[in-house]
Amino acid sequence: MSRWREMSFGFVRRAALVAVFAAAVASGASAADKYPGVGRAATPAEVEAWDIDVRPDFQGLPKGSGTVEKGQEIWEAKCASCHGTFGESNKVFTPLIGGTTKEDVEKGRVASLLRPDYPQRTTFMKVPTISTLFDYIRRAMPWNEPKSLTPDEVYSVLDFMLNLAEIVPDDFVLDDQSIREVQKRMPNRNGMSTNHALWPGAGFGTEKKKADTANTACMKDCGGPVQITSTLPDHAWTAHGNLASQNRRIGPVRGRVTGNDDPDAIDEPGPAGFKLAQSAGCMGCHGLNNKIVGPSYVDVAAKYKDKDMLDTLVGRVVKGGEGVWGEAAMPPQEGASEGEIKTIVEWILAGAPGR
Amino acid sequence: MDDSKIPSALLGGRIRRAPENFLDGAAIGEVSKGRRDVLRASFAAAIAGIAAATRPAAAASDGDPDILELPPWSTSLGLPVAAVPYGMPSKYERNLIRRQSPGLTQVAGSSVAFAPLQGSFGIITPSGLHFERHHQGWQDIDPKRHRFMINGSAPGMVKTPLVFTMDDLMRLPSVSRMYFIECGANTGMEWGNVAVPTVQYTHGMLSCSEFTGVPLRLLLEMAGADLKRGKFVLAEGADGSSMTRTIPIDLVMSGEVLVAYGQNGEMLRPENGYPLRLVVPGVQGVSWVKWLRRVELGDKPYAAKDEAVHYVDLMPDGTHRQYTSIQECKSVITTPSGGQTLVDKGFFNVSGLAWSGRGKIRKVDVSFDGGKSWQEAKLQAPVQSKCLTRFTLNWNWNGERAILQSRATDETGFVQPNYRQLRAVRGTRSIYHNNAIQSWLVEPSGEISNVQVA
Repeated sequence: MSRWREMSFGFVRRAALVAVFAAAVASGASAADKYPGVGRAATPAEVEAWDIDVRPDFQGLPKGSGTVEKGQEIWEAKCASCHGTFGESNKVFTPLIGGTTKEDVEKGRVASLLRPDYPQRTTFMKVPTISTLFDYIRRAMPWNEPKSLTPDEVYSVLDFMLNLAEIVPDDFVLDDQSIREVQKRMPNRNGMSTNHALWPGAGFGTEKKKADTANTACMKDCGGPVQITSTLPDHAWTAHGNLASQNRRIGPVRGRVTGNDDPDAIDEPGPAGFKLAQSAGCMGCHGLNNKIVGPSYVDVAAKYKDKDMLDTLVGRVVKGGEGVWGEAAMPPQEGASEGEIKTIVEWILAGAPGR
Repeated sequence: MDDSKIPSALLGGRIRRAPENFLDGAAIGEVSKGRRDVLRASFAAAIAGIAAATRPAAAASDGDPDILELPPWSTSLGLPVAAVPYGMPSKYERNLIRRQSPGLTQVAGSSVAFAPLQGSFGIITPSGLHFERHHQGWQDIDPKRHRFMINGSAPGMVKTPLVFTMDDLMRLPSVSRMYFIECGANTGMEWGNVAVPTVQYTHGMLSCSEFTGVPLRLLLEMAGADLKRGKFVLAEGADGSSMTRTIPIDLVMSGEVLVAYGQNGEMLRPENGYPLRLVVPGVQGVSWVKWLRRVELGDKPYAAKDEAVHYVDLMPDGTHRQYTSIQECKSVITTPSGGQTLVDKGFFNVSGLAWSGRGKIRKVDVSFDGGKSWQEAKLQAPVQSKCLTRFTLNWNWNGERAILQSRATDETGFVQPNYRQLRAVRGTRSIYHNNAIQSWLVEPSGEISNVQVA
């Protein structure tokens, strides 16, 4: 893509026009005719740069090969920190390896998927297609450096994973041909179904027409006695923090108190001095940047820049003052304590920042 | 006496007592019968209990101090225009934000933030509250450098592979339409039993926006797509995960699938795919590929990671369903809902959301007795295809235990199932596509909790 960015905009646009025009002419009256100047033909190099998907029939698979040994090196350097030494870790992501047997490899069905007590479903328990793993590792892994592995490195990492899952032996060389044989050993290759009504189109030829459920809109005397079969476990009430702080402070309901923080607490925006200046009523006569009755705070800050005026100004605010900025006198301020006034003056002398 | 003549702040209820809500239930009854002396006595007692400095007692006996003493916003200068150039919600609304469910995932870059449905009105989700689901973190892409490509899985599948800039896409004829988006795993934590306390966590992977963009069909036609051979399109993102999903060409040809850049009158938010995402109405959110960079037309499905490892629905017989996509008819009451407490007995306008990936909502029924009897709710206009529909129903709560449910029917006649019906087919381990009727138990205290019933 960098090649294209280096060209001038006009050049790309002219090239685009020519290409789209050529395509339109070639195809007769096409949709492209209607929108001249919009879009351009992609170059073969551009398509190659982005078209990295690999389908289950291996269309799109790049040439290359890898070994278990090389895969282990890459794994330990780039994969093990998240997925564990043997792909078994559930500390960061769901485990990749485990839960499959030699019998599953023979049958293509993972028996542990029938066990409700089985703790987690690993990637190899589910994935039916080896292409999926190649495609995904190539496009998205490593987690913080996606698309950095060469095809040979992807073959090697995948070979190592297949070896961990006891699908291939230690000396197996995975390449763009042998991968087809591996597909025939994927433990859950026969475990998928498209026999459902949740695909919004044709295409598989196996879809069900009928929905799974057929409830009726009964309006009275429906069903048997109502029994509560499940309630929220006690720990789940507090696991999500204080629900009172996750609901509006007004309206027909309040959130239930399940924590200690105050649902009515408000974060006033801006520095403490600014907040006090607002709440004490100072901003009725002084703007941040504009004179109202008295001078703007920015002007006050500029006038006393680099001068030690803190105590003097606090005194003027407390007791009132006149004649410094014009005829309007500033009355003594009783809306804030002397300590608060000091905070306000410090904020003013710091330039009266709004945030 | 007529309650409406008492300032509402004086009536109040169970939640916040003195000074605003100083009457207990018995006293409310007395006041309702016309005993003003009870009102005055209770208020004086409540006032005596708080610091005199905050609410002078002299004024209070004449009525509501929030009326009698002018508040600062009535007696001071307000902020100027453009003080906040991009407007933000009131500071008093800070409780309603996207939140994570602790323990659901271990990496925030591949996780979920749920939309606060418990405080929602109408059908549009404010863009800043739209739920988030990322697979490898989110990116804020420079739109000048973003490109969108259309190509084919084989030579001839499209006559001319095309590249579009954002300039190109935004010059083309656009459409703006409102659609819901729901993650396939929404309500997934509840398949086996009740697991989370509020509607934010049970149903908050749901949002609804007005999206603006170009029908994908138009772009495929511009590329000279062979729509007889092409049965599927692959959508691919430009982010680190470059997430891919397979979409049936039938849906694309309906014209509903959009290559969208607009959301609620502005550009998409980065968390929602700025500057370009696919909009696949009625279909689970994972197919609405964000940061969309490429669409490939092909003759076979792709078995992408999120079609072969995740987003596969485990059935009781140990098989996984692949390419489950449609979000079937579903509804939920959002006010009142789990983890909330009703402020008092009396009148409430029960309100919730209904939606269907197969079209419009035809009707919504509400039950107050756990599904024994039902009343038809009012649907608020507009009622649009594959869009959220808001329903409401008036309710006078008498203080007794109640179990609230909603049950939606879509225009195909499909009625939202209950848990028994759904589990009979799909078991309890599926994770995905749980559209069962939701139950909220209201206790006499007014406290509401998430329950499941049979």
